[in-house]
Amino acid sequence: MSELAAPPAERAVHHPALQHHFVDLQQQKEAASLGMWVFIAQEMLFFGGLFAAYAIYRHAYPEAFALGSHHLNRVIGTANTLVLIGSSLTMAMAVYSAAIGWRRGTVGFMLATVLLGGVFLGVKYFEYSEKIAPCLGDQVHTGCLLPGANFDPATVHAEGASAGQVQIFFSLYFGMTGLHALHMIVGIPIILTIAAMAWRGRFTPEYHTPVELVGLYWHFVDIIWIFLFPLLYLVTGH
Amino acid sequence: MQPQTGPPADQPAEHHVVPWTVYVVIFLGLCLLTATTVIVAGFDFGPLNIIVALGIAISKASLVVLYFMHARYSPRLTGVVIAAALAFFVILVFLTWTDYYSRPWPLTTG
Repeated sequence: MSELAAPPAERAVHHPALQHHFVDLQQQKEAASLGMWVFIAQEMLFFGGLFAAYAIYRHAYPEAFALGSHHLNRVIGTANTLVLIGSSLTMAMAVYSAAIGWRRGTVGFMLATVLLGGVFLGVKYFEYSEKIAPCLGDQVHTGCLLPGANFDPATVHAEGASAGQVQIFFSLYFGMTGLHALHMIVGIPIILTIAAMAWRGRFTPEYHTPVELVGLYWHFVDIIWIFLFPLLYLVTGH
Repeated sequence: MQPQTGPPADQPAEHHVVPWTVYVVIFLGLCLLTATTVIVAGFDFGPLNIIVALGIAISKASLVVLYFMHARYSPRLTGVVIAAALAFFVILVFLTWTDYYSRPWPLTTG
C-alpha cells in the first residue's frame, strides 16, 4: 500500500485550483500543509528562547516569580483562556464547514474566531493598561508594574533583592504575552482575508487549503497561550 | 485476509472529514483541563507544582495538535516535523538550562 496506489480520479479532471507542478490536489495539499508545519516548527523555536529564559530565571528566583504571578488576575486569565480555546473551536468548525462545502458556515465561523480573538486582545489591553498606566507621568508610581525606573516593588510586596528579581518576571510576562498577542494581531487580518475569499466562493470540499493553513496557525497561537497561562498566572508558592 | 475496517494508518483517506461533534468534545475537554489546572494551582505540591502544571498544559496541547490541527489524520511526514520540532525545542530549553546551572550563579559580569 504505497502513496502511488491512490486512485487517479483527480488526475483525469483538471481542477482549477491545481497548480501544474503537482500530480493531484491531494499532493498539492500535503505539500502546502507540510510547509505550514515547518513554519510552525520554527515558530516553536522562536518562542523557545523566551521559554528557556523563563525556565532559567524561574529556577533561580522562585519566590519572586510567585510574588509576581500572584499579582496577575487569575479570574481574568482563566476567562481569557476559555475565550481563546473557544476561538480555536470556531476555527476548527470553519475548517469543517469548508470541508463539507458550507460557505456561510466557513465565513461565519471565521468571523466568530476573529470576534473571540478581539475579545481576548481587548482583555489583554485592559490588563496591560492597569499595569502600565501608573508608570506614566512624573508623580507617584504606585501600582506601576512595567520593568524600569518607575517600577513599584511595593505593589507586589517585593523587597530587597526580590524587588529586582520580580522585574525579571514582569519582563518575561510582557515579552511572552506581547509576542503572543502580536501573533494574534497578525493572524486576524489573515483570517479576514481568507474569510473574504471564502465568501466569494473560492473554496470547495476538494480545495480549501488556505482555510486549513490559517487554522493551523491559529491553533498554534492557542497552544502558546495554553503554556503561558499556567507559567505566568498560576505560579504556586509563597 | 481480514477486511479493512478503516483507512490504513499511513495513508490518510481522501477528503477525510472529522465529524464536528469531535471538535465540541475536544473543546469541552480543554475547558475541563483549564478548570483543573486552575483548581490544582490552589494547592502547594512543592517541587511537583511545575510538573503538574506542565503535565496538564502538555495534555491540552496534545489534544489541540491531534484533533484541532488534524495531526492524527495527517501523513506520517507531519509527525516527523512535529517530533523534530519538539526535539529541537527540548535541546534549546533544556541544554541552555543545564549550561547555566553548571556555572556559578548568579552570573557575574566581566
